[in-house]
Amino acid sequence: MNPTENNTVCPNELDASCRVPLLALFGGAAMWLVLSLALGLAAVMTFHQPDLFADCSFLTYGRAQAAANDLLLYGFTIPAALGVMLWIFSRLSQAPLALPMVPVVAANLWHLGVLIGTVAILIGESTGHPWLEYPRAAAVLLFAAFMLIAVTAVATFGARLNRELYPSHWFLFAALLWFAWSYSTANLFLVSHQPPRGVVQAVIGWWLANNLLFVWLALVGIGIAFYFLPKIAGQPLASSGYTLFGFLTLMFFGTWCGIPQGAPVPAWLPTVSAFGALLSVIPVIALGIVAKKTVCGAKVSCLGGTFCFMKFGVLSFVVSSLLYVSEFCPRYSRVLDFTWFNFGVTQWQLLGFATMILCGAIYEILPRVMARDLPFPKLAKLNFFLIAGGTLLFVIPLLIGGLEQGIKLRGANIPFADASAVALKFLRISTTGQLLVLLGALCLLLNVLVMTMQWKLGLVKSVIAAVTAPLKTPEVKS
Amino acid sequence: MKTGFSVFAAAFIALGLSWCGLVYAPIQQLGGTKQTVVLQSSDKWPMQRTGDATLGLQVYRANACAACHTVQIRQTGVVHTLSITDLGVHKAVDFKAFMTSLMAVPELMKCSNSIVGSLNQWNGSVPKLLFSGEESAMVSMLGDKLKAVGVKTEARVETTGADIARGWGLRQSVAADYLYDTPVQLGSLRAGPDLANLGVRAPDVNWQLQHLYAPRSVVKSSTMPAFRYLFSVRKVGAQPAPDALALSKAFAPSAGFEVVPTAEARQLAAYLTSLKANVPLYEAPFTPITATK
Repeated sequence: MNPTENNTVCPNELDASCRVPLLALFGGAAMWLVLSLALGLAAVMTFHQPDLFADCSFLTYGRAQAAANDLLLYGFTIPAALGVMLWIFSRLSQAPLALPMVPVVAANLWHLGVLIGTVAILIGESTGHPWLEYPRAAAVLLFAAFMLIAVTAVATFGARLNRELYPSHWFLFAALLWFAWSYSTANLFLVSHQPPRGVVQAVIGWWLANNLLFVWLALVGIGIAFYFLPKIAGQPLASSGYTLFGFLTLMFFGTWCGIPQGAPVPAWLPTVSAFGALLSVIPVIALGIVAKKTVCGAKVSCLGGTFCFMKFGVLSFVVSSLLYVSEFCPRYSRVLDFTWFNFGVTQWQLLGFATMILCGAIYEILPRVMARDLPFPKLAKLNFFLIAGGTLLFVIPLLIGGLEQGIKLRGANIPFADASAVALKFLRISTTGQLLVLLGALCLLLNVLVMTMQWKLGLVKSVIAAVTAPLKTPEVKS
Repeated sequence: MKTGFSVFAAAFIALGLSWCGLVYAPIQQLGGTKQTVVLQSSDKWPMQRTGDATLGLQVYRANACAACHTVQIRQTGVVHTLSITDLGVHKAVDFKAFMTSLMAVPELMKCSNSIVGSLNQWNGSVPKLLFSGEESAMVSMLGDKLKAVGVKTEARVETTGADIARGWGLRQSVAADYLYDTPVQLGSLRAGPDLANLGVRAPDVNWQLQHLYAPRSVVKSSTMPAFRYLFSVRKVGAQPAPDALALSKAFAPSAGFEVVPTAEARQLAAYLTSLKANVPLYEAPFTPITATK
């Protein structure tokens, strides 16, 4: 089954309707991505030179790292994913974007929220809950902006000409509900005046982190990949049935992961999570097989094009999800918990999977909605190699280092300093990867920014042309 | 999945189920937790922190200390041990013979080898570890039998695990320990050591302050960043400030200047020294659980 777009509406018209909302979403997202990676790099410098930021409170490791993490998720991944989602909905519906001004307003609200949240973390006003550090003012803005974009998305979805749903519809539509529910729940409970007592706070935090970083990213990433992969490969999506199976099992099982095995909570909670994690292997494998079968035999050279981004992204999804799920196996968690391993897996999910797929989609979509070519197509290709290579160089040392650190921490006779030292060695290697990813992100930012400038210049020119055009004087009949 | 409604319904049910399981149920079970009682004592646990320490928790949050430190001890299990503390009127040789005869009791048979074996080279010095294993029933039965013949023993419950062997804590952390923390910051990375029992390991506030200002002045191998921004360096007045840090030469400011902790630094140090998880609880028992028989 291929996206059934029986060109009844001119695609140019659809793309034009998405232009301003997508520019607003992608432009900010690309900037946040660069800022996030730069902050992450600044944070990790503390491990190279411990006293580097001793006099600079807002770049101390904990603050800078938290700000970098949140910028990557809330600053880049979510707005970029929403932009791609709007475009895909419009394309699949064969209808121009409904209420096109609403997502423009929402995008600006969203970026304002991210700005407030980031500044709050850096000045020490974070909430202290991992992945939910943004204070109330920022959270309210983010939620309002998300709901506005969801309204447009649902309206466009409802206006579809072909009533039959394509698999990308399922994933992306479910993702709308998923974020709205989990983000609002976590904020209402944790960022309120009366949060629940004691360790329940941590449980709700883990529930949110899992639902965002595992389920939501999977829904969005796979939803987008399953739109582009068949199109580019020129082959229909391999199996609608398998996809449905993967979709349902991902939602029903994936959402139960998240509680670490050694957590100081009643034992049934980690046990349920371990079981959920075990079952989550099923959708990961199923969706991986569908993607593999879809691209198998496709005669498309990719060399850093969108196809490459998508393939790398789906591969990262399978590998990083399996690693993520393994964290909840009680036997492994005793070694892996509290090491750099979990950090590495999260970065792989965010950079190798989500960022990869989103960058690929942006490079594919932008030239269409702007009706002009990318200003630097070579940088777009370079972007692929930098982010792919950078992510691997960033993440794999962390995984190995984390494993060694965990094994050393298990040996009570090995001094703690030795366990830290071995992890530090690998962490320092991984910094090189971080630098490469940052360079890759700069390629994206350059492309998006220059494109926006060109478009704005074009607008100004057309306005000037309209103003300075000689007025048509009506012929005077004598 | 033919309609938007069916997709919505599937997602709603899936997330709703996990919401009930991982959000609603824990709130019902743990949200109303109150102070518990320390085992074999009337002390309450946990104690409310002092004012400074409560503010210190917020300093800990603001500087995201939890990015590198966990506040959570893990434990692999417990071992029940029985030691002889006093042989009474018996001689060691007689006692050995008595123990050998005692091993005929069916319940004790399975550990006869380890007990008799451990007594082989024994010359009668006390305390002597007699039994160590996972079954608490064995300890109480053996203790009763020995008490009947006038031998005094001590039964202990000892916790095991790498964290405990490292001296990071005496028992695993349990939900009750975090009752008064808002926000609860368990941490997920041990770039630095665990802090759950720091108040017992390093109870000296001045040590904490010095460690915050210049970590490597007190722990050579430390990789912790210095938190100099929590301190102010100022000219020594007519008299040195009473709370100025006593730093070694390499870390001290230039002559005529002194390092004084800000209120935030003092609060953070108060919080760090308030971190204690050193009492036995019902869900995390450890020695001594039964008194000397």
